[in-house]
Amino acid sequence: MKKAIIFAAFALFASPAFADDPLYTDLGGKDGIDRLVEASVDNYLADARIKDVFAESNMDRVRAELKDQFCVVAGGPCTYTGHSMEETHKGLHLANANFNALVEDLQAAMDKLSIPFPVQNRFLARLAPMQHQVVTK
Amino acid sequence: MRSILLGTALAAGLLATSAQADPWDMFDGGKLLATGGVSQVEGAGGGGLANWALITGYGTRDGIGGNVHYTGVFLPDYNLQSAGVAVGLFDRVELSYAWQGFDTQDVGAALGLGKGYTFHQNIFGAKVKLVGDAVYDQDQWLPQISVGLQHKENDRGPVIAFVGGKASTGTDYYVSASKLFLEQSLLVNTTLRFTKANQFGILGFGGDKHNDYSAQFEGSAAYLFSKRFAVGAELRTKPSNLSIAKEQDAWDIFAAYFFSKNLSATLAYADLGNIVIKNHQGGAYLSLQAGL
Repeated sequence: MKKAIIFAAFALFASPAFADDPLYTDLGGKDGIDRLVEASVDNYLADARIKDVFAESNMDRVRAELKDQFCVVAGGPCTYTGHSMEETHKGLHLANANFNALVEDLQAAMDKLSIPFPVQNRFLARLAPMQHQVVTK
Repeated sequence: MRSILLGTALAAGLLATSAQADPWDMFDGGKLLATGGVSQVEGAGGGGLANWALITGYGTRDGIGGNVHYTGVFLPDYNLQSAGVAVGLFDRVELSYAWQGFDTQDVGAALGLGKGYTFHQNIFGAKVKLVGDAVYDQDQWLPQISVGLQHKENDRGPVIAFVGGKASTGTDYYVSASKLFLEQSLLVNTTLRFTKANQFGILGFGGDKHNDYSAQFEGSAAYLFSKRFAVGAELRTKPSNLSIAKEQDAWDIFAAYFFSKNLSATLAYADLGNIVIKNHQGGAYLSLQAGL
């Protein structure tokens, strides 16, 4: 049931009605979001609090899936074909502090790309509820 | 006696966590910057005058956090100081202690109490988060809701009785709701406080005019300019239990800067209204908080 809701939510975000979502534009469109993912993942891999989480991951795939996902969440004309948040994070036993480390690294990446703070918060507002699926510890 | 109980409770809380390899690991510092709030004037995690539903410190639901604070409110005819310590346990329970001193300066002399006559209060607080998460629940309307109490012991019983106060100790009970409207970069807090306190308890509890609990409102809103910097305003209503003076509502406008998770500073203009024989008691409010 929960999974169905999440997929429904993604489907909703991905619908054409959101194609001109101002947040997508404010984040710099596809190019801006791709740069943001690159900068964020660089931060994740340099962060002692969470880098081990990615030890077994194919980072090219992680970057590609995050680019699609961020694009969809921002309301861009993309399709996310990866696993659900729950499936992806199942078994990782991420603690709340790990989730917040991801948030801080993402914020640092947005700062680096000079994304204005109110735009950052509009984006984070859409990501924040994922805490419920990502944090399993 | 109460301080021994509180100390024991704190020690028990710390011991319970020391079953882990290194108890210091429990101070995980894992919360996001500013999401523990600052220290309100009675020592709880909150704003300046108003209480918040957030649990103090930077411990996540898997850890603990704690801090110390100093606050000074410099009014035209009085000054109020507060110093205290607070711990947040597993982002669920908050325990706090604050010492308050209210210096009557020249008014003390005018009232025959002596220049610089000072009221002191010990304030023991506890808060429990019931439901909701102010930060993560961006997809829900439900705010974070906490309930708590603040037990206050004033050391100036005879003077309190002389001005018409009915007791030198009292306990406030409250329910607080906090919600971060992240899309708007706005944090909103409301508190309903059931209290008998006269001027926060500085002039005791209950009075010749009114001696029952009354429900009072606290509200605050803060706009986040950055991760480190917030500006906002607060309002706190108070009962008027004493016939010697009409007690007024308090409000402030504040700016808080978070240097790191270990240090924050809050500057405000706070207006406490009339206090006994002096009107328009508004002045500078400064608060520093250091912690983990």
